[in-house]
Amino acid sequence: MKIKKNVAISESGFIFNPTTGDSFSTNPIGLEIIRMLKDDKSKDEIRKSILSKYITDESTFEKDYYDFVMMLQTNQVADDSE
Amino acid sequence: MKQKITVAVSGLNNIDSPGPGIPVIRALKESKDFDVRIIGLSYETLEPGLYMHDLVDKSYQIPFPGAGIDSLLERIYYIHNQEKLDVIIPNFDAELANFMKIEPLLKSDLGISMFLPTQEQFDERHKANLFEFGEKHGVDVPFSKMMFNTSEIPVISKEFSYPMVVKGKFYDAYIAYNAEQVANYFNKISAKWGLPIIIQEYVFGSEVNVTALGDGKGNAISAVPMRKLFITDKGKAWAGISLDDEELVNIANRVISSSKWRGGMELEFIKTAENKYYLLEINPRFPAWVYLAAGCGQNQPEALVKLALGQNVPPYKAYDIGKMFIRYSFDMIVDLKEFEQISTIGEL
Repeated sequence: MKIKKNVAISESGFIFNPTTGDSFSTNPIGLEIIRMLKDDKSKDEIRKSILSKYITDESTFEKDYYDFVMMLQTNQVADDSE
Repeated sequence: MKQKITVAVSGLNNIDSPGPGIPVIRALKESKDFDVRIIGLSYETLEPGLYMHDLVDKSYQIPFPGAGIDSLLERIYYIHNQEKLDVIIPNFDAELANFMKIEPLLKSDLGISMFLPTQEQFDERHKANLFEFGEKHGVDVPFSKMMFNTSEIPVISKEFSYPMVVKGKFYDAYIAYNAEQVANYFNKISAKWGLPIIIQEYVFGSEVNVTALGDGKGNAISAVPMRKLFITDKGKAWAGISLDDEELVNIANRVISSSKWRGGMELEFIKTAENKYYLLEINPRFPAWVYLAAGCGQNQPEALVKLALGQNVPPYKAYDIGKMFIRYSFDMIVDLKEFEQISTIGEL
């Protein structure tokens, strides 16, 4: 999963895809995950980081992470190349 | 020091389906090289641009295109006598044919410059010929066919699957989901714009457009892509955003290069989910959202005036991505005296 290079992400969680013209906003955890994806962190690294910082369990992370990355792909913010 | 010039501009109908006149004027007023006096050319007495005195210095009514080139010439000679025009920028599809015919005469007789497409370019990009245009210039165009009579609907229904797009030769387009709707739209559009009606294959995707300028020698001086963010019930953009879409700019450059397009133009595309681009339409003049190009750093109307005046214009290299335009409506308070003046003497 890679965030597309030209996608702009602001401090406030505002995401702009200049190829499609679409814009989105995400909450702080979403922003954190996007930043990690942008830094080429693997899913394992992201899981470890989230589980260490927030009170949640692995299955909840799995489900929410899957939903989130699907949303990023559907909206062409990310592509599925590993 | 700025060069003083007088430019006549039509398309002052800054309404819900706006003409490009006022955006073109705003871009010209922001020119770094020209100090522009604007002469408005209008067809109707309620075109808002007539009353925008901060943008339009003087206005004249001109005859409707159907009146022919003799009456247009006579009127332009009169206006030129008063205003000493340097350049004319016509902004309506329906008036372009007449202006194209008188372009050489206005240049040789009065020294007025224009920068319009050639008759051949104008004809081959016509909606009715667009499919062949796409084949010739290597651009995907949805399959389309001309229709002259509602009796052709059964044959059309076999060649196209529903939904299909029913289009007028100049303006208007509707999506028809059955034969009855095709007949309704055929009658509605033909009553307004005449025949033929164009039937076009419906392609699903998002609409992306490019405003561009060709120098007539195969060079694209400018091309700025935009996606509509808010569309009115007439299908017009009420808000839009400039895109970072290299493929789209490349296609626009290819069309300009291959057709040696001369003048302003708008290319309308559908981008499918598979990132394939289909050219839906080429408008042979700037679009009403052309001011976005100026806002992005490519002042296309200014560049067109330079080309018309025979000046050297290097192609723009970059534009701002993610710049938006948002239209608004604005109630002007107009004295009846002004309305009376344009209605009776045809000048304001």
